[in-house]
Amino acid sequence: MISELLEYKFIVNSLLAGILASISCGIIGTYIVTRRMVFLSGGITHSSFGGIGIGYFLGFNPIISAAIFGVFSALGIEFISKRSDIREDSVIGILWSFGMAIGIMFIFLTPGYAPNLMSYLFGSILTVSTFDILLMLGLSIVLILVFTFFYRIILFISYDQEFARTHKIAVSLINYILIGLVALTIVLNIKVVGIILVISLLTIPQSIANLFTKNFRNIIIVSIVIGLIGAFMGLVISYKINIPSGASIIFSLVMIFLIAKLFQIIKGKINLKKQKI
Amino acid sequence: MEKILGIESVYAGYNNEVILKDVSLEVFDDDFIGIIGPNGGGKTTLLNVILGLIKPFKGSVEFFDDSKASRNNRIGYLPQINKIDKKFPITVNEVVLSGLIYGSAIFTRYTKSDREKAVETLERIGICDIKNTSIEELSGGQMQKVLLARALVSSPRLLILDEPNTFVDNQFEGELYEILKELNKEMAIIIVSHDVGTISSYIKTIACVNRSLHYHKSNKISEEQLASYNCPIKLITHGEVPHTVLKKHHH
Ligand SMILES: Nc1ncnc2c1ncn2[C@@H]1O[C@H](COP(=O)(O)OP(=O)(O)OP(=O)(O)O)[C@@H](O)[C@H]1O
Ligand SMILES: [Mg+2]
Repeated sequence: MISELLEYKFIVNSLLAGILASISCGIIGTYIVTRRMVFLSGGITHSSFGGIGIGYFLGFNPIISAAIFGVFSALGIEFISKRSDIREDSVIGILWSFGMAIGIMFIFLTPGYAPNLMSYLFGSILTVSTFDILLMLGLSIVLILVFTFFYRIILFISYDQEFARTHKIAVSLINYILIGLVALTIVLNIKVVGIILVISLLTIPQSIANLFTKNFRNIIIVSIVIGLIGAFMGLVISYKINIPSGASIIFSLVMIFLIAKLFQIIKGKINLKKQKI
Repeated sequence: MEKILGIESVYAGYNNEVILKDVSLEVFDDDFIGIIGPNGGGKTTLLNVILGLIKPFKGSVEFFDDSKASRNNRIGYLPQINKIDKKFPITVNEVVLSGLIYGSAIFTRYTKSDREKAVETLERIGICDIKNTSIEELSGGQMQKVLLARALVSSPRLLILDEPNTFVDNQFEGELYEILKELNKEMAIIIVSHDVGTISSYIKTIACVNRSLHYHKSNKISEEQLASYNCPIKLITHGEVPHTVLKKHHH
């Protein structure tokens, strides 16, 4: 009876995590991909590992310290990117490995065995707590509100920052807010797919969506749907053959991508035939 | 003839490096100024100063019609096309509409009159048929027209164009200049161009920018004059400009 209840709670939690991950990654991933911030996001992801190490060492929830660490790295990179005398990508590279180094240092300094370390690297939906779910829920609500009410201004700035500046729009402020949301999205999804794989949750659904639509809003919606399918398939696989959920979700997404690409190629061929070429 | 913009003894550049030295320019409401000069001479930098994107180290930039109503739409800007991401998922209509968003109006939505203005502008430029096309599918010339529509949609008093003739063919270039000539009846125009020959029959005056600025109050210029303005560029003539052999001056 108790084990059944536990199993039920586990399934509900992992499904909820999958749904919320699809929503937040669908929205933020579209922003990242269209603004060509994928490398930057990789930097934020890996530097947040420093926060996880510090969390272990000081004995509090690693996700909280990772969020703080991630947001500050993100704001720092945004600040530096405005100066033209520094190479932004080099700074990202430095922060990327510096965060990892800090993380490893503190984990080794922590007495005893670091529990769940693997789950932060590769994701494990088993370890997603109700607290994590609540955080992800809060984030998804914030993202939906921000991208609904500020949609036209986000689109405007993403497309042409400089022009937006000539229209006296607070471009820097909005950039800072959005990059902060990028960092939070990355960190809160680490439990689901892990540090190594989270970037693919932010890019594969968008790449699939972009095959079929070239409208920002539609890319968000289609990405969320594809994320949901991938997460569900991945969870089933993960549950059935007992492998980390991160790996099985990404595997499912890549399979969907290949099928979609194939579908698109065939559709293109048929179209050509119709035009009798 | 009413003065709309005054630039006085401006020094400007980036990261403490001075690019523009002692630049002064007055713009009147019926002006059609062609800015020419070598690559890296500072043409875009001068536009950035006018647009308020960079603050001058020294000197002043002043707009004369400073009433609240006109503060927003005093400048329409068409950036150099290489600054635009061609793969961004946005439609022509969305690009043009964005030309109507100003400052603090970040909460509000597009009104019916905004949408009508966008359609009117698209019709005026003659690209209403691609209204809902995504920009990824546009040719270089169409893209330039879309950017022109975005600059115009707010009915500015001064239109600033940074090399709108790159990536376009001769026919489009002619079309573009005819549109600009028409627009010049309503607004002042500043256009940056490499090709002095073609624009010279449309513009009224020429400003040569090569770190400093020399204002030439006519649309005819010879290569000797250019050289004396410290602005050694080649004239590709189409009959309008007196052709002379280029003499490069080293100072
Ligand atoms: N954002 C920037 N940061 C630092 N230096 C810059 C920046 N933009 C331009 N410069 C420098 O300022 C100088 C003038 O550049 P600018 O873009 O104004 O030239 P331009 O006349 O517009 O050239 P082009 O014909 O190639 O467009 C160049 O030497 C350039 O390297
Ligand atoms: Mg330029």
